[in-house]
Amino acid sequence: MNFPDNLRYTKDHEWVRVEGDHAFIGITDFAQSELGDIVYVDVNTIGKTLNAEEVFGTVEAVKTVSDLFLPISGTILELNVELNTNPELVNQDPYEKGWMVKVKMANPSEAKELMDKAAYTALVGH
Amino acid sequence: MIKDTPFTHFHLALGAKMAAFAGYNMPISYTGINDEHLAVRNRTGVFDVSHMGEFVLKGEKAIDLIQRVTSNDASKLSPGKIQYSCLPNDKGGIVDDLLVYRLGEKEWMLVVNASNIEKDWSWISKFNTDNVEMHNISDKTALLAVQGPDSIKALQKLTDVNLSEISYYTFKKGVFAGIENVLISNTGYTGAGGFEIYFEDLNAGLIWNKIFEAGKEFNMQAIGLAARDTLRLEMGFCLYGNDIDDTTSPIEAGLGWITKFTKEFTNRDQIEGQKKNGVLRKLVGFEMIDRGIPRHDYIIVNEAGEAIGKVTSGTQSPSLNKAIGMGYVKSEYAAEGNKIFISIRDNKIAAQVVKLPFYKN
Repeated sequence: MNFPDNLRYTKDHEWVRVEGDHAFIGITDFAQSELGDIVYVDVNTIGKTLNAEEVFGTVEAVKTVSDLFLPISGTILELNVELNTNPELVNQDPYEKGWMVKVKMANPSEAKELMDKAAYTALVGH
Repeated sequence: MIKDTPFTHFHLALGAKMAAFAGYNMPISYTGINDEHLAVRNRTGVFDVSHMGEFVLKGEKAIDLIQRVTSNDASKLSPGKIQYSCLPNDKGGIVDDLLVYRLGEKEWMLVVNASNIEKDWSWISKFNTDNVEMHNISDKTALLAVQGPDSIKALQKLTDVNLSEISYYTFKKGVFAGIENVLISNTGYTGAGGFEIYFEDLNAGLIWNKIFEAGKEFNMQAIGLAARDTLRLEMGFCLYGNDIDDTTSPIEAGLGWITKFTKEFTNRDQIEGQKKNGVLRKLVGFEMIDRGIPRHDYIIVNEAGEAIGKVTSGTQSPSLNKAIGMGYVKSEYAAEGNKIFISIRDNKIAAQVVKLPFYKN
């Protein structure tokens, strides 16, 4: 399984890519593989400011519904609109085309406290 | 204690996601639900459904017992024929739904849901005042459902029984993959066509391998319970425990066609009254108009936001690529074309009542 070096990870199997004071957020290769075919990413928190670990949306596979937890506090700026028509991008390319939301971070140093590749790889046992 | 089926080691070797279902360690999916679902709709796929229960009833009085406990009229069956039926309880609900096979003049087989084997056995036994010979052969019976349009071509290679002569809801017994006394049944739970193959579990490994060998040229694949659920839901087939249960009447569930008032059976009077006078709620199929996926137990509301029912099954349909569901609604909302709303995470998402099945061949 693929866990890129340049990302930070959470125990809920989300990843964060920091660009300045913005962060891109999605779910990991492990998460998409466990969920199976993703059919819907529902985010109704655009414009809202949330704390770390609050629910910012849900991801639905054919048979399951899972909450999405915000890894760092901040304001949800946008949803990856490609996912409205092609939710399977989350399965096919979880780290690039399958990103879910762009966030303006309230406190950019929070991201550094998340797991790096080595710690996350150890967590999921791959 | 979780039981294995005779095929569990094959599922593990294929890398299936496994889970406990009705006390059995069952394959949920192998390559992915959509992939497996479409393999069955377009080609052929094999389901291990050995967890299902099989009871054999024998003797002169077996028909009387079956007529007493089931709602459909089993006397209409000649040997070789099959009927969908249910066991009504005495409180207006359903103990289980089942298939009734007439194996011979005085021999019958009832195929019941895995989760209800013990409940059904004791329920039927309660009415067995004439000491009809009953055998629970569930533990030694293997069952594979081979479903999809190419299934008949693959399976025909394994038997001299002419499969095209086995019409829907009939069966034949014969030599299959070199094994005698295999029951080949033109039934399934997918609407994709195909057969269900019953045999003794000691032949399980051989038959599994022969079926996949025969299916290789059709890209046959193993299919898990998850795709079984999406396939049956596209057809509007009820799933016991979701769409029907101890509290839902056959009439509410749209199963009036398997209630025959030509004979006595459990709770006949109440069911006949419902059929005549109507019911307060009905099971309907619906398609989402706005974005959202209905799920079991989501509340159904009207335009004003008042609760009018509950979702019993829902999914994103892999064949139709839209969100579909079934649920009970107050009867005044049950007409085709009616707009209803599903409460999804506190949002009111529009849906429309539609005619079943969702998927039309």
